[in-house]
Amino acid sequence: MEMFLQSLISGLLVGGLYAIIGLGMSLIMGVLKIINLAHGQLMMVAMYVSWSAWNYLGIDPYLSVVLSVPFTFYLAKFLSKYLLNPLIEKDSILPENQVLMTVGIGMVLVELARFLFTSDYRSVQTSYTGQAWDLGGVSISIPLLIAFIVSLLLTAGLFYLLMKTDLGRSIRATAQDRLAASLMGVSAEKITVLTYGIGSALIAAAGTFFLPIFYLYPDVGPEFTAKAFVITILGGLGSTVGAITGGIVLALAETFGATYLSSGYRDAYGLVIFLLVLVFLPGGLKSLTKV
Amino acid sequence: MSILSLKNVTKNFGGLTAVNNVSFDVEEGEILGLIGPNGSGKTTIFNLINHFFPVSSGDIIFKGNNITHKKTHEIAMLGIGRTFQVVKPLKRLSVADNIMAAAFSRESTFEGAKRVTREVLEFTHLDHVAHQKAGGLPIAGRKRLEIAKALATRPTLLLLDETAAGLNPAELDEAIDIIRAIRSDLGITIIIVEHIMKVIMNISDRIHAIAYGTTITEGSPAEVAANPTVIEAYLGSDYH
Amino acid sequence: MHNDKFISKSEIGIFIFALVLPFIFDFSPYIQGLLIFVMLWVVLGTSWNLLAGYTGQVSFGHAAFFGIGAYAAGVPFFLFKVSPWWGLLFGGITAVILGYLLGIVVFRLRGPYFALGTLAAAEILRIAFGQEEWLTNGHNGILYITTWVSKYPYYFIILAIAAGTILTVKVVMRRREGYYFLSIREDEDAASAIGINASKYKNISMGLSSFWAGMAGAFYFIYMGFIDPETVFALHNISIISILVGIIGGVGTIWGPAIGAIIMVLLQETFRSAFFGFAPQWVSGMHAFVFGLLVIFVILYLPGGVVGDWDLIKKKLHLKRKSEMKK
Ligand SMILES: Nc1ncnc2c1ncn2[C@@H]1O[C@H](COP(=O)(O)OP(=O)(O)OP(=O)(O)O)[C@@H](O)[C@H]1O
Ligand SMILES: [Mg+2]
Repeated sequence: MEMFLQSLISGLLVGGLYAIIGLGMSLIMGVLKIINLAHGQLMMVAMYVSWSAWNYLGIDPYLSVVLSVPFTFYLAKFLSKYLLNPLIEKDSILPENQVLMTVGIGMVLVELARFLFTSDYRSVQTSYTGQAWDLGGVSISIPLLIAFIVSLLLTAGLFYLLMKTDLGRSIRATAQDRLAASLMGVSAEKITVLTYGIGSALIAAAGTFFLPIFYLYPDVGPEFTAKAFVITILGGLGSTVGAITGGIVLALAETFGATYLSSGYRDAYGLVIFLLVLVFLPGGLKSLTKV
Repeated sequence: MSILSLKNVTKNFGGLTAVNNVSFDVEEGEILGLIGPNGSGKTTIFNLINHFFPVSSGDIIFKGNNITHKKTHEIAMLGIGRTFQVVKPLKRLSVADNIMAAAFSRESTFEGAKRVTREVLEFTHLDHVAHQKAGGLPIAGRKRLEIAKALATRPTLLLLDETAAGLNPAELDEAIDIIRAIRSDLGITIIIVEHIMKVIMNISDRIHAIAYGTTITEGSPAEVAANPTVIEAYLGSDYH
Repeated sequence: MHNDKFISKSEIGIFIFALVLPFIFDFSPYIQGLLIFVMLWVVLGTSWNLLAGYTGQVSFGHAAFFGIGAYAAGVPFFLFKVSPWWGLLFGGITAVILGYLLGIVVFRLRGPYFALGTLAAAEILRIAFGQEEWLTNGHNGILYITTWVSKYPYYFIILAIAAGTILTVKVVMRRREGYYFLSIREDEDAASAIGINASKYKNISMGLSSFWAGMAGAFYFIYMGFIDPETVFALHNISIISILVGIIGGVGTIWGPAIGAIIMVLLQETFRSAFFGFAPQWVSGMHAFVFGLLVIFVILYLPGGVVGDWDLIKKKLHLKRKSEMKK
C-alpha cells in the first residue's frame, strides 16, 4: 500500500512537470503544425544556463529562471524566425523538412553543449536538495513539490494568456486557420515566431525547476524531446488540457511500470502507450492521421 | 443495361447532409450530366462512388457488383476512373511519368506502360509538354492531365469533375472535343460535373440535377433546362 | 524518371574504381576502416532513401532494421555458437519480417506521425534488447573474435552489399513498383484513384528498404565483432544519421545518399582528427556540431541535397567564378 501511494504521489508530481513540457510542445504543434524535435534540447539549454549561473555566479536555480527563460525565449524566436519560417515557402520533396530542421537544430544544440560543458553529469547542490517530507512512510521530495506548484502556476498563466489576452486570441486563431487569421489582420509569421518562443520559454522554466531534481548532461535534451511528443500525442494534439492529462498519464505509467513491472523498461512504457494511442484511438487521431 | 446505379445514397458530415437519398442510373455508353449549385453535393457523390468517403447509407452498384464497401484502388481497378476538381497532379513527376504511373494499373511491363502513355498523351494533346514537371503546368494542362491519368487506367466509366473550369474559350473547345472523343472513340461512359452551361447542355445525353444534396429532376438537357425548380435553384442565377 | 541507359558508363566506372581501389593504393588500416564505414553508410542512407525519399514514408527508426539485422547475426552466435556469417543470410530476412510487423502499426499513420511511430518502435526495441539478457546478453553486448585481421575482405563484402542496395533502387525505380512509390509520395489520394494499393506498395518499399538495412546490421556484427543495443539501435547515431546522409546527398536521387555518406564520413574524420593534426586539438570535439550545421545549411539552401540541387550548385559556382574573373 505504501509503495502504491509512493508511486502515485511521485507519479502525480512528476506528471505536473511533464505537463509543462507537453504544454509547450502542444502549443507549438497547434500553431506551427510541426513536431518540434528540438524541444528537449531547448530545455537542456535553459538548464545549462541555470547551472552555469549557479556554478559560476552562485545564483540559486529558482532565481536564475529570470535568466534562463528569457534566454531560451529569444533563442527560440531567433531559430524559428531564421531557420523554420523560411522553409514554409520552400518546395521540398519531403514535406517534413521543418521537422528535419528541428532535428538539425537539436543536434547543434546538443553538440554545442557537449563542447562547452563536456558530457559530464552535472547537478546543483542547494540547501533543499534531497529534502523531503515524510508523511507516514510516504516521502515527498521538496524540490519536486516546488516544481509541481510552479507547473500549476505556469499552466494557469498559459491558460490566462491564451483565453484572456489579444495575443492569446491571435494564437488560437492562427492555430485554427492560418489563412483566415492572416485575413483578419493577424500576422501569422509573427505569431508563429512568438509561439515557438513561448512554447520554449515554458520548457525553459520547467528545465530550471528540474535542475535540483534531475542530473544534467547534453543528451538529456533528446530524452525529454521523446517524452514531450509522447505526452502531446497521449493527451490529444494541440489541446492544453490534453497536455496535462498526457503528462500525468506518462508519469504514472513510468512510475507504476517501474515499481510493479520492470524498472529497466521504464522508458519503454510511455512509448508503448504512445504507439497504442497513435494507432488505436482514431477518435483523437482523425485530425492527425489525415494531415 | 445500366453500368452504374446509385440506390438511395446518403452522406452525412456531422450535422450536414451533403448527399440526401440520391438515386440514379447511368446507361452504358451515355454521357450523364450532374448539375447543381455550389455546395450541392456533386463532388461528394463522386467521392462516394470511388470510396474516398464511405456512404452513410445506400448502395452503389457497378456492372452488377455492389462496390459500396470496396476500397478506392479496387474501384479504380474495376474500371471507374475519376478526375479531381481540385487537381491532384503528382507534382514532381513529369507529365509522362504521371500517366505512366496510371498506365501500370493495366500494364505490367515498362514497355507496355510506355505505349499506353504515348497513346494517352496524344489523345489528350499533352505530347508537347510530356517532359515538363506536372506541378509547373498551367491550369488547362493540369485539368487535362487529370483526364489523361484517369484514361491511362483504361476505365469503362469516367467521372469528370469540372475539368472545364477556368479554361479560356479556345481551351474549352478543345476540352469539349476531347470529352466527346472519349465516348465516341474509346467507348467510355461518362458522368460529367460542370458549371459551364454551354458545355453541359451540349455534351450530355441526360442530366441529373440536385440541390442541397437532394435530387430535383432528371431528364434530357432541354427538359431539365425548362424545369422551373432547376431554373430557380440553379440556372436562374446563371442565365440572367 | 527517364529512359537513359539503365546503367551508365560512369556508374560502371565508379563501381570498378571502388573495386580496384584497395589494389591501387596501399591504405593504412585506418583508411581502410573509413572506406568500410563509407560503404556502410551508403547502404543505410540508400535504404532509408528508398522508403523515405522515393516512397515518402519518412522513417525515424531505421536503426530498428539495422539493429535487428545485427542481432540476427549475434543472437544465434550468443546462444548456440552459430557462426555470425549466417547473419548475411538471416540479417536481411529478419529485418524484412520486422518491417512487415512494424508496417501493420506505423502505416496507419501519416506524415510526422509516421515518423514518430517508427522512432518509438525503434526505441522500444533498443530498450527491450537491453533488458532481455537471456537472449541478447543485455547491455554487456555480444562479443565475437572476428574472422580476419585484414580489413580488405570486409571491404569487398560491404561493397557488394552497397552495390546490391543501389542496384535494387535502380531496378525498382524503373518498374511498376517504383512509379507507385513515387505516386504514393506525391499524393496518396491521387495514387489510390489510379488504382494503387498504397498500403501494399508501402510494405514492399519497407521490405526492400529494411532488407538492406538488416544486411548492413549483420555485416556490422561480423566486421566489428561486438554489438550492444545502445550502439546498433541508436536513435541518433543510426536512425538520425541515416536521414541526414540522405538529406545532404539528396532525397529521391539514386546517388544522393552515397554522396551524403562520403561527405558525412569525410567531415567527421577531418574534424575528429583535428584536420589530421593540423588544427588545435579542441577542434576534434566539433565534428557532430559541424555536421549539424551542414544539415541546417542544406535544408535551408539546398533542399534537393547536393545531388538533387547539383545544377543550382554549379550555377552558383559558375557565377562566382565569372564575377571573380571580371574583377
Ligand atoms: N470532407 C468534408 N467534410 C465536411 N463537409 C464536407 C466535406 N466535403 C464536402 N463537404 C460539404 O458537403 C457539401 C457538398 O460539397 P461538394 O463539394 O460535394 O459540393 P459541390 O456540389 O461539388 O460544389 P462545387 O460546385 O462548389 O464544387 C458542402 O456543404 C461541403 O461543405
Ligand atoms: Mg465540386
